[in-house]
Amino acid sequence: MRKKRTSRIPVGAPTLTKKDFESDQDVRWCPGCGDYSILAQTQRIMPELGIPKENVVFISGIGCSSRFPYYMNTYGFHTIHGRAPTIASGVKMANPDLSVWVITGDGDALSIGGNHFIHLMRRNFDINMLLFNNRIYGLTKGQYSPTSEQGKKTYSTPLGSLETPFNPISLTLASGATFVARSLDRDPEHLRLIIKSAFEHKGTSFIEIYQNCNIFNDGTFFQYTEKETKADNTVFLEHGEPLVFGAEHDKGIRLNGFQPEVVDLTDGEHTIDDLIVHDQHAEDTTLANFLAGMSDTPDMPHPMGIFRNVQHPCYEDLMTKQIRTATEQMGDGDLDALLHEGETWTVS
Amino acid sequence: MRKPVEQIEAATILFAGDSGDGSQTIGTQMTETTALIGNDVATLPDYPAEIRAPAGSLAGVSGFQLHFSSEQIHTPGDLCDVLVAMNPAALKVHLHKLKPNGILIVNIDNFARRNLRLAGYEEDPLESDALTKYQVFPVELTKLTRKSLEATDLTTREIDRCKNFFALGMILWLYNRPMEYTMKWIKAKFATKPQYIESNILALRAGNTYCEATEQFAVSYDVKPATFESGTYRNIEGNMATVLGLVAASHQSGLPLVYGSYPITPASDILHGLAQYRNFGVITMQMEDEIAAVGVAIGAAFSGALGVTGSSGPGLALKSEAINLAMIAELPLVVCNIQRAGPSTGMPTKTEQSDLLQMFYGRNGESPIPIVAASRPFDCFETVYEACRIAVKYRTPVIFLSDLYIGMGAEPWRIPKLSELPEIKPNFAVSADTTNGFEPYLRDPETLARPWAKPGTLGLEHRIGGLEKSDVTGHVSYDPDNHEKMVEIRAEKVARIANDIPPTEIFGVQEGEVLLLGWGGTFGALRTTAENYVAEGLPIGHVHLRHLNPLPNDLADILKRFRKILIPELNSGQLLQLIRATYLIDAIGLNKVQGQPFHVYELHAKIDEILKKIEHF
Repeated sequence: MRKKRTSRIPVGAPTLTKKDFESDQDVRWCPGCGDYSILAQTQRIMPELGIPKENVVFISGIGCSSRFPYYMNTYGFHTIHGRAPTIASGVKMANPDLSVWVITGDGDALSIGGNHFIHLMRRNFDINMLLFNNRIYGLTKGQYSPTSEQGKKTYSTPLGSLETPFNPISLTLASGATFVARSLDRDPEHLRLIIKSAFEHKGTSFIEIYQNCNIFNDGTFFQYTEKETKADNTVFLEHGEPLVFGAEHDKGIRLNGFQPEVVDLTDGEHTIDDLIVHDQHAEDTTLANFLAGMSDTPDMPHPMGIFRNVQHPCYEDLMTKQIRTATEQMGDGDLDALLHEGETWTVS
Repeated sequence: MRKPVEQIEAATILFAGDSGDGSQTIGTQMTETTALIGNDVATLPDYPAEIRAPAGSLAGVSGFQLHFSSEQIHTPGDLCDVLVAMNPAALKVHLHKLKPNGILIVNIDNFARRNLRLAGYEEDPLESDALTKYQVFPVELTKLTRKSLEATDLTTREIDRCKNFFALGMILWLYNRPMEYTMKWIKAKFATKPQYIESNILALRAGNTYCEATEQFAVSYDVKPATFESGTYRNIEGNMATVLGLVAASHQSGLPLVYGSYPITPASDILHGLAQYRNFGVITMQMEDEIAAVGVAIGAAFSGALGVTGSSGPGLALKSEAINLAMIAELPLVVCNIQRAGPSTGMPTKTEQSDLLQMFYGRNGESPIPIVAASRPFDCFETVYEACRIAVKYRTPVIFLSDLYIGMGAEPWRIPKLSELPEIKPNFAVSADTTNGFEPYLRDPETLARPWAKPGTLGLEHRIGGLEKSDVTGHVSYDPDNHEKMVEIRAEKVARIANDIPPTEIFGVQEGEVLLLGWGGTFGALRTTAENYVAEGLPIGHVHLRHLNPLPNDLADILKRFRKILIPELNSGQLLQLIRATYLIDAIGLNKVQGQPFHVYELHAKIDEILKKIEHF
């Protein structure tokens, strides 16, 4: 396990509470917005992470979700549209002891910030990114987003949108992300667990959060989040466990050739031994890609939980190592010697 | 018997050939040697955007001009005394730069029909009377190089790549320069490929011996060392001076340097240069695009580092939104713009100073940002250092302007003592000293700078961002009066920097007929011109601005002391607009937008015209 560089609260120091992480600013999301839950779960889990709050930095771009840093009583920077990953990278690089969190949305991360998003994944800074996916542009009042389903009718697409949506999980896997997970605004316990796991992972941690925009896209994820339908439409990934789901735990996912498919565990033909056993630590991304693709396949349950969790070197550590090696080889930088480098001559 | 040596004051040499011929290499070597033996030197590399344009084509010609003297000089020279043309295309492109009766050395081995046709010559200029006004020295450069290297194991192709050193050997002989510095360089350069050490040195010696032994050249020249202020000197290119200025600012301020960049001509050398200095704690990050490059610099600044980004005009266009964020967030940030000829992609390998108004106004909303400009290669050091000083002291992005001409040009530099460098104090906030807790927009009453509180500092947790801020508290605010007040405060903060810069120096007369007012890389041509008039006793002054925003407080008074203000610029009149708008004076522009620096004679022509008009009154 690679050691995290994030500062920790010393043993014996007073423990923090949720209240310590609440800023004095009034929260201004629409009543009923899924963002409230994500904020509350983040504030609740923070004290459990054991980081001094002055060492926590929240960086966001632009969009409804990006107001988030104003509500956290930590350091925060509400930046510009799509660019939060770049600013977060600079913050982390200049001080690897900080715990850096990027708050973004589907438009911010995947449209205007798409380039930074994929490069953040491949650099693998020890940064955590929470992507609030509500499949719509909320702040600009209801245009389709890069995760909106094809044919989506919105103000900007009255006859239906034309593009195939991005699958954020597939995109991050393809970009070399080392921690990839999905959770739900309406499942507080799971969300806290995933946020905590993301923090504990050393490297860039990505969480897609299904989030309801009750004004412009109400109910877009209800079949995955509501009590009546959730169990039959989601499968919760557990490392080392077979993929079983359903209200009665009566269904499972097996691989049929290259195709994951749902099987009935009560039909007498299939048993639990036929099912895919989840391995979040697999270096190879084939299985994770199968799981990711399920949410693009009609009638398949959407996986929740950690798709991938592997250890790769972090950019900031490699940079620190280069600095250390160069200093060992060349000595501490001597400015006067540097200015006199190369051929010189003296005029008296 | 040694051939006679003639003493001369100065010389200008232009090496030209295909972009793969190594003209830049031997030009740089001649510059190094010449600087080391004590001449003042100024250089102008002029190369195509294509890495290897079709061999022999006009598009592929790469040139390197250097001017050296026993007197102080400021430009790479208008016209040349010597042109080394490695092929007909090089001759065609550069012949107009050779003085009448100038020395023309041509590699006649490259003057076959095909090469002539590629260069667009109907007939061989060496056989026509096209070159009668020059001293032409046809040399079988390729054949002679092959002959001198026939004992080596190299392939013909490898041997032919040594012919630039044969040419350099000739020029070193012609100007009585030692070969030892070049040999030392060859040995270091090819340390891992020893076969090229021997061959290049053999070619260099062969070129030298050829001049001494044959009847080609009857006389050689010598240029005595120039008189310099006492001190230790080195030769330096502008971009390298920028690199050292940034490292020095980081070192002196104690702030780690984080340089975010994306490759772009002519700024990439700053990235390359800084990447060598990890042992100074320098962090260079080659990012996925220009926006990410400025983004990491801003993030680093928020973390308490010296955040710097560098690019050229098109990159600056992409960075503008992020620079504006740093402006409203009031974070220190240094933005280097090594200007090239625009608009759009323009002419990436040619010089221009046409981004001034972009830097002033190219952002949405009211966005005042300090701007400083370097005037000559070595001045990049002090000017970028000054940009860092202002950025840190006033918590603001600062734009440092350089350009291709000074960024890639070289000249001797008196290395400063560390004690001469101005102090840069980060003065981080360490505690909340008001009863209301930490207030991120509570300003220093004198500079109006806000506190810089690093994440990791207990009790100073705060949020900033691109939304308008409430004065003092920094909370998001849509209050109309607050917005207007904040716009005024940000403008006033930048305006007050004028109280923190030295008085403006006027070269030449302190009041009189014509003031040459310039900025940036035109310094050399303007100062040489001013010196010429002053030497004749004419009432001309020259002011070269380093600080463009804010302009110096004493400039208004200086402008009143001259009857005519002439503003020569390599653009369509950008400083001209600013000066006319700011001071309501009828300043005159002299504008050139050809991707080439001013010639001194162009400035003379304009000043003579103005002086003549003044006489007529």
